[in-house]
Amino acid sequence: MAEYTLKVRRYQPETSEGPYWEEFKVDLDPSLSVLDGLLQAKDRDDGSLSVRCSCRAAICGSCGMKINGQSGLGCKTQIGEAQEAADKFAHKVDGGTPGRGSEGGSISDSSALARAEDVPPIVVEPMGNMPVIKDLITDMESTHWTKIRRVTPWLLPHGAPPEREYVVEPQSMIDITQSMACIQCGACVSSCLSMEADPDFVGPAALAKAYRFVGDPRDAETKERLHDLAEDPHGIYDCTHCFSCVDACPKGVAPMDQIMRLRRKAGEQGIEDSNSGHHHEIAFAQIIEKKGTLDEVALPRESFAFGLKGKLKPSKRAIREVLAGLPTIFRAIRTGKVRSKWIAPHHKLPGGAQDEVKAIYRHAEEHREEFNIYISGEEDVEPEPDETATEEATA
Amino acid sequence: MPTHDVLVIGAGLAGQRAALAAAEQGVSVGILSKVHPVRSHSNAAQGGINAALNPEDSWESHAYDTVKGSDYLGDQDAISIMCEEAPEEILHLEHLGVTFHRNEEGRLGTRAFGGASAARTYYVADITGQAIMHVLYEQLMKHSEDVTRYEEWFCTALALDESGECCGVVTRNVADGEMQLFSAKSVILATGGNGQVWKPTTNALICTGDGIAMAYRAGAKLMDMEMIQYHPTTLAGKGFLITEGARGEGAHLLNAKGERFMERYAPNKMELASRDVVSRAEQTEIEEGRGFPDGTVALDITVVPKKRIHEALREIVLVGKDFAGVDITREPIRIKPGNHYTMGGVKTDVDGRTDVPGLYAAGEAACVSVHGGNRLGANSLLDTLIFGRRSGVDAAARAKRTEGARPSQRVLEGEQASIEAIAAREKGSGRRVSEIKLELGETMDKHVAVFRDEAGIQQALETVRRLKEEAKSAYIDDKGSIFNQDMLAAIELGYMLECAECSCVAALERRESRGAQYRTDFPERNDEEWLKHIDLQQGDDGPEISYSEVTITQWEPEERKY
Repeated sequence: MAEYTLKVRRYQPETSEGPYWEEFKVDLDPSLSVLDGLLQAKDRDDGSLSVRCSCRAAICGSCGMKINGQSGLGCKTQIGEAQEAADKFAHKVDGGTPGRGSEGGSISDSSALARAEDVPPIVVEPMGNMPVIKDLITDMESTHWTKIRRVTPWLLPHGAPPEREYVVEPQSMIDITQSMACIQCGACVSSCLSMEADPDFVGPAALAKAYRFVGDPRDAETKERLHDLAEDPHGIYDCTHCFSCVDACPKGVAPMDQIMRLRRKAGEQGIEDSNSGHHHEIAFAQIIEKKGTLDEVALPRESFAFGLKGKLKPSKRAIREVLAGLPTIFRAIRTGKVRSKWIAPHHKLPGGAQDEVKAIYRHAEEHREEFNIYISGEEDVEPEPDETATEEATA
Repeated sequence: MPTHDVLVIGAGLAGQRAALAAAEQGVSVGILSKVHPVRSHSNAAQGGINAALNPEDSWESHAYDTVKGSDYLGDQDAISIMCEEAPEEILHLEHLGVTFHRNEEGRLGTRAFGGASAARTYYVADITGQAIMHVLYEQLMKHSEDVTRYEEWFCTALALDESGECCGVVTRNVADGEMQLFSAKSVILATGGNGQVWKPTTNALICTGDGIAMAYRAGAKLMDMEMIQYHPTTLAGKGFLITEGARGEGAHLLNAKGERFMERYAPNKMELASRDVVSRAEQTEIEEGRGFPDGTVALDITVVPKKRIHEALREIVLVGKDFAGVDITREPIRIKPGNHYTMGGVKTDVDGRTDVPGLYAAGEAACVSVHGGNRLGANSLLDTLIFGRRSGVDAAARAKRTEGARPSQRVLEGEQASIEAIAAREKGSGRRVSEIKLELGETMDKHVAVFRDEAGIQQALETVRRLKEEAKSAYIDDKGSIFNQDMLAAIELGYMLECAECSCVAALERRESRGAQYRTDFPERNDEEWLKHIDLQQGDDGPEISYSEVTITQWEPEERKY
């Protein structure tokens, strides 16, 4: 048993003007969860403290919330670990004022319990990127579920089903089981930085759901689905590859990985989207392969106007893209994000380093391995003794 | 007034399957659930779903295993239907998109499960329930025009017309607290079990026996309420489930001395004997001092190859890591029997019909009875789907031949008044709802568990009756309309207490040991007197007892050995 302070960002739509902080003292075993702590506070102190919850075992997906700024499940976060994270979080946000960005500490905070100064509270907030209904309960319908329905989330098989089961590659089922493992808790949506900038982004959960069909050999609309999601300006190319969703996901679905699989499949299908997302990705990879670091000047040209250079007659679209991009380019130069090559030419990597970058590319080309927790296990499995021996021998 | 031909209460597997089946019949369907459908507890079914789909297997073999597993209390006509229709249901799910595990040829692959004479459990890793339920929800989204979803609506009572037929329900919209009367020609209860009556339990917080209690209050009969399954492998204290699939994959049970003790209790099936047998064996080891000091025994999964653990038992790896701090691929994990499943429920026929015309029940809320005294692992998902579908079809047929029924506004007004009365209770006027719930859970786990006797059950019953009185003055903090979970908890407490009382009365009545009911004061099975169901109906002074025959078709009762 240990004592903890939960500092909850509350909102009571019927009695309070706006959100406010309230602290609850709870005592429970460190191995119990933050949700257990909240339920203890609800049971003992204030039954109006509202949080969706059901299974307590990370399978129903009800209790998505932010704990010390990190999106996840309340039931899957041990309160002892949350306290350790709170200590770090308190330093990060300057003296224990919780929240990030627009959700910063401007809301009323008059109810702090007396506690030792050096023990920061565990900060609990509702999920981000969704309207708050009451306390930790958010409106998932207008955000999360609307996006899920956006991806036509049901199997579209070809014609009538076979008499028995569909016969498919065994691996293909294991492959999509990773996205089937999604419990629709919304933690990834809550953490998504792209969605913060573009609320219309289809988002990590819905795109992971889309992969569940794109990767399913029984689905007959693979190409149509990929076209749809590539052409949508808020689709697969709207992800900025920040890994927040991978971090937040309590089930190892790794939504960003599923988005990357969608992109790869779209590329393999030869889909050249009008957002130039595919070309942007290729340009990015090619520049690094060639130069080792990102050439910010070359990137927009190669991404959006790949037809401009080296052609006698550039396409109208390429010219349009370059012209449309000019304000952004100037702004980028002004803020120092991009250095014009006339002012400061792109520097080269020190001798030999570029060859190493190329070797990495070759390795990646030759070993196209998918990371799937249903195959390899979540953490690296210890190498078998004889494998190590072989590796040493070859080294 | 929202009006549907068929209204389904509860949106787990039974409810969703019922709604889809009814919609296929071309009637108007509504499905109403107190949580978002994908939060339903069917999620928690890890191991798989049984079907004799292999040409070498037969539904008769599946049915025999189920009959034997039920300790001959299961109704054999219902069991035959379930087992015979199982293969078609699995194929239907596969066609809808469930990502069932494949064998090397790319066909559906199986795993072994407890109490089964063949490997006939189909599965998706150890998230089978979740995978099937999410696929059914995909279908509900696809058929949005045919099935209206009422997500996060709480049901407070059934509405009956003058002739005693069910014609609707009273609900509370959780989002804004609005009370709403629904009209329906057929109502299907698919509200799940009542595991929250026990503490600890593997069941989710939502499993409060809502449908069982509502049906009971409406005059429907309950059956087999004494039959409460204790699952052999749950985490001590927290009650989390470790799938039977772990033992199906070869995991061993060990006592503190490191002995594989099942050798003494079920020399043939060992760890894969039926659940009541394994739970009793564990409890015996623990009570006779061969368990660990924390009242547990060990489940050793390290004997299963690592690759296979990751592929087939990943959820358990996470449960071990997150909730017990144990890496199950490297060391045994401490487990004990824990409350898991309500075999009993609302008495129905094989088409889900209850004793109240127009009222149906399916899934864990219902008692067909296919599980009798003890449910076999991987038969519960099957039960939900087969009888969910059959209820949906029959409820639609009834709706087609029934004139539109108008439930009386008086039912709504009555429910409104009782909710206002709960809100009006002053703080400190009685106990907190949470205190009563805790006392209930601990009492039931102490006295109506793996081993029972008359004195214990009697004590539990007295406690439950006292708590019923106390619940009448229990107060809540939240007086609001929007997401008032406090109010819902007060209503749910009432549901749980009804269920608890029925379980105690039935457990007291059955003076023999059969399946999950093991009476230390009557340790033998007594077919002569007790090969019959105990039915309970609400009377003036609590449940009134009657009996019904067990349907026996081709499997005469025998001694049960594993």
